[in-house]
Amino acid sequence: MTAQDVRPTTDPVVPGPVRRRRSDVSRVLHAVRVDRRFLPVVGTIVVLLLMFTIGGARYENFLSGRVVSNLFINNSFLIVLAVGMTFVIITGGIDLSVGAVVALSGVTAASLFQSGWPAFVVIPLVILIGSALGLVVGVMVHVFEIQPFIATLAAMFLARGLCYVISLSSIPITDPTIVWLSSTRIPIGDTWSITPSGIIALAVVAAAFFVLHYTRFGRTVYAIGGGESSAVLMGLPVARTKVLVYVISGTCAGIGGFLFTVFSRSGYSLTGVGMELDAIAAVVIGGTLLTGGSGFVIGSVFGVLVLGLIQTIITFEGTLSSWWTKIFIGVLLLIFVVLQRAIAARRR
Amino acid sequence: MTAWKTFVRSKIFWPVMALVALVAANTIKTTRFLNIRVQDEHLFGALIDILRNSSPLLLVALGMTLVIATRGIDLSVGAVVAISGAVACSFIASSPTPGAVVTVLTAVAIAVLLSLALGAWNGFLVSVVGIQPIIATLVLMTAGRGIAMLITGGQITTINSPAYKRIGSGFWLGVPVAVLIAGGVFAIVAALTRRTALGMLIESVGINPLASRLAGVQSRTIIWTVYAMAGVFAGIAGLMISSNVMAADANNAGLFIELDAILAVVIGGTSLAGGKFSLSGTLVGVLVIQTLTLTVTILGIPPAVTPLFKAIVVIAVCLMQSPVVRTKLASRRRVPVIAPVPAEVAS
Repeated sequence: MTAQDVRPTTDPVVPGPVRRRRSDVSRVLHAVRVDRRFLPVVGTIVVLLLMFTIGGARYENFLSGRVVSNLFINNSFLIVLAVGMTFVIITGGIDLSVGAVVALSGVTAASLFQSGWPAFVVIPLVILIGSALGLVVGVMVHVFEIQPFIATLAAMFLARGLCYVISLSSIPITDPTIVWLSSTRIPIGDTWSITPSGIIALAVVAAAFFVLHYTRFGRTVYAIGGGESSAVLMGLPVARTKVLVYVISGTCAGIGGFLFTVFSRSGYSLTGVGMELDAIAAVVIGGTLLTGGSGFVIGSVFGVLVLGLIQTIITFEGTLSSWWTKIFIGVLLLIFVVLQRAIAARRR
Repeated sequence: MTAWKTFVRSKIFWPVMALVALVAANTIKTTRFLNIRVQDEHLFGALIDILRNSSPLLLVALGMTLVIATRGIDLSVGAVVAISGAVACSFIASSPTPGAVVTVLTAVAIAVLLSLALGAWNGFLVSVVGIQPIIATLVLMTAGRGIAMLITGGQITTINSPAYKRIGSGFWLGVPVAVLIAGGVFAIVAALTRRTALGMLIESVGINPLASRLAGVQSRTIIWTVYAMAGVFAGIAGLMISSNVMAADANNAGLFIELDAILAVVIGGTSLAGGKFSLSGTLVGVLVIQTLTLTVTILGIPPAVTPLFKAIVVIAVCLMQSPVVRTKLASRRRVPVIAPVPAEVAS
């Protein structure tokens, strides 16, 4: 980003004639121009709608409340992970440890339930495990200046190894709280419904949205991504913020792990392999730039929904094998990245 | 030049110490650890095992070193490993003469060419389209395993071909063929980068792409070349891995090998920020990882716990190499006159 940003961008704001003739068309154009930073997110929404249209046209019962509700419920843990990842990526970092943290908090929860711990102790504890690992990563990244990629990779190995230390086999969960959480469905209207997990995910999204877009901390996150040295020179609390984003991501991974535990009603050390990549893919598809400095929480949510919808469509199609999911995600990722690149190039 | 040499020595010092410590721990546990015996005119022993098991990882890590030196990263090598194995095994399985040398050579050629194409695709996305390396290769990493499964039809393709088996588990003049291949590639890469200007050009692209372009370095070609090389090396590693088990497992072949390779490169002292790279450091890093894996087995710890030890080694080595600790150590040894040059003001 260095070379591109240095170039003087004497933006020829809006050419004269368009400005004088305030027709509706130009007003729309003007609105679009102002919202250029929303363009990637708008792209994601368009793709999502397009996929819904295609699905609705091809299959019966596709555009039903049940499908949409399930799409949301089945991906609630991934939504939480992607939201946490968004913070890290906006600062220009990356968090590869989330998948392993999901497994770790799941296995810990299952083994604690097995030895008879009550749910009100276990649930906060497994979420705090994520926060603690995030704190370790944050300190490694900031104090010891280890690249985020390597620091979170180490955390990933650490968490995965700890999982195996706790248990090598899958542990079923019979705790009444978890069973209640996983079997409850709250109907909304005729066909729509939501689960407690879905509500938790929505709450996390709302909290993250508020923190990232309406607090001083959130603005510091963007500032670090935009240029860390500038943020330091501006007197922003860069050190604290940089450590905190990893704590946030770790906490989200802990919550995600808890949601996944509820979803699968068991703890297994091999869950969440590659889940970090799904989360990163969702964030990128949601329009967040990996170089940092730009992106939205809502975009990541839509990114997760796009990934989930690919899976749903392939299930509906029936004849397509499961590996097509991976290929489609790869292709979609490519299209989005190239589009982002094109937008960035046009901006210059 | 001596200052530069001590710098290199200090960077590679901790990984070598880690390797020595691991070997020492093993030798204390089992005194026969260092023994190498000749049986059926083949070399056998724990050290030979380490070398043979390191071969695929060394190949992948070599490519990764070059890519990282240009300030890039290649996440797709694991997928390329899977695709290459899948293509070779599917070709051999469908051929009427699976044992013939010609069949095997054709399969190898197809797999390597395809890997070259995949590497070039990554290089195209990074150097021409200008996508960040981590995302450009994430595309192939995600889609690649799907493609590999498409090739094998979602099955584990098993083959029976003595000639193909030789790549992974054969011996030549008593030495495992895999070690010879990896060693040969290492020698070629070392010669290419250190005896020609290529190494310096790669480093210059990594240190400052813009400045090196202005200085007349064709950074686009260089970047394209390193990704293509990484692809080819990953392809050869994929042949080795599939030949070792005589099967192509699209799901698990080379799973996380990209992370191990990146780890090996970083342990070896090459910075992810690009620039100076050390092939011998990478070699040490690979050996550390493989020795660690074997140590865990020798000490009677369930192999599944290996990641935990990997994490400890990585964190330890990275902390020892981190600027904060190095400054502290340096200032303890002598008066802090020369503070280490801070990493270039990148990004």
